[in-house]
Amino acid sequence: MMLDIRNVHKSFDGKEILKGIDLQVNKGDVVAILGPSGSGKTTFLRCLNFLETADKGVMTFDGDEIDLAEASKTQIAAVRKKTAFVFQNYNLFLNKTVLQNVTLGLTLARKVPKDQARDIAVKALERVGMADRLDAYPGQLSGGQQQRVAIARGLAQSPEIIYFDEPTSALDPELIGEVLSVMRQLAEEGMTMLVVTHEMDFARNVSSKVLFMEGGYVIESGSSKEFFEHPKEARSREFIRTILEGRQ
Amino acid sequence: MAPQTTWQILVAAFPRLLSYGIRVTIPLAFLSFALGLVIAVIVAMIQYADVKGLRQLCRFYIWLIRGTPLLVQLYVVFYGLPSVGIMIDAFPAAVFVFAFNEGAYMAETMRGALESVSRGQMEAGYCVGLSYLQIMFHIVLPQAFRTAFPALSNSLISVVKGTSLAATITVMEMFRQAQVINGVYYRSLGLYAETAVIYLAFCTVITWLQHKGEKRLSAYGGNR
Repeated sequence: MMLDIRNVHKSFDGKEILKGIDLQVNKGDVVAILGPSGSGKTTFLRCLNFLETADKGVMTFDGDEIDLAEASKTQIAAVRKKTAFVFQNYNLFLNKTVLQNVTLGLTLARKVPKDQARDIAVKALERVGMADRLDAYPGQLSGGQQQRVAIARGLAQSPEIIYFDEPTSALDPELIGEVLSVMRQLAEEGMTMLVVTHEMDFARNVSSKVLFMEGGYVIESGSSKEFFEHPKEARSREFIRTILEGRQ
Repeated sequence: MAPQTTWQILVAAFPRLLSYGIRVTIPLAFLSFALGLVIAVIVAMIQYADVKGLRQLCRFYIWLIRGTPLLVQLYVVFYGLPSVGIMIDAFPAAVFVFAFNEGAYMAETMRGALESVSRGQMEAGYCVGLSYLQIMFHIVLPQAFRTAFPALSNSLISVVKGTSLAATITVMEMFRQAQVINGVYYRSLGLYAETAVIYLAFCTVITWLQHKGEKRLSAYGGNR
């Protein structure tokens, strides 16, 4: 097992958002984290990359056990080196070009020589179909293009796992497809991914596992085929039904 | 020099005034501004990072400077400090006071600009492995400077004009020179108006540079 997460708790201002979340991830898994808004999905994902500090919880990453509440700077750096994070609002560096966005982490944090970083970046941008816009600034790109550059920025770090926090939620409907198809392609290439999403088609057809959360608890988790075809819990059935109805 | 008419006096005074303006006023203003900007960035960054203890010190500095007149600050440093054994020459004393004075205002400008940069920029930086300072210097500060640029240009203009106060602590800058010439020829309206026109010309050049700078900075578009 690549990633084993146990008993994650997190409160904000005395309100408990996460009430003991567990998740096991194998290499190549694509896990869709589903649930109504306010269920704690995003907070959970952010705790895994230390963008929030969990109050409690243990993560075992490649055999290294890390206390999520009291991780050292070295441990945090090690986890971030093995992971990439794709944000809902892309968070591309606004004062940097597309190419610089992808190379900055390589040259500054990993001390990769400039020309080598450029090669890595161009390859990553080719994978998301953005290699023709190297000198554009984020402000000159559409949301879908920005999100693809953000994915390339993550890919350039050669991560073992990519976290996606609602990667298509800020996009206009006509731009969602281009981002999802990049993600589908990554999944097919065997990339391990954790995806907080409201895209049911993606969850159903691309993800291998589902983690269904509500009110800070895991309601149901398992293979996505099982979850969509034979949901065990009444809440899961209701959630799937509402989502499907909402689309009509 | 034995000029007769007011006009002749003004024409003769012009090169002298301009020369003091270029040799003293401008260097005094730019030195003070540059030093003030360094102070402002440090003070703003300390507050942005919420460094315990130092943050209160920064607030105290801003409160003290903004709450007292620049002229009084000049007098305290140049005429007051010698009585406790601290003697500073007029020019460095002026640079010191102007830098710390404008620094307090620019620190607030920079703090606001830093806070306007989306927190997501910082998070994205962490996620690609950058350190806090790397993110500050490569991502957050450049974006903050862009936001602060018009207000900082205001500060520069304010410093240029403010240097005329240095005349009161014996710095022989452009305005002091005008006073000296006026002492000989007694043409107050003409000479002081002439001096005002030269200040106006300096500030016009700065405004022009500001527009050029803003155009360059807008290269990477909006999208906030």
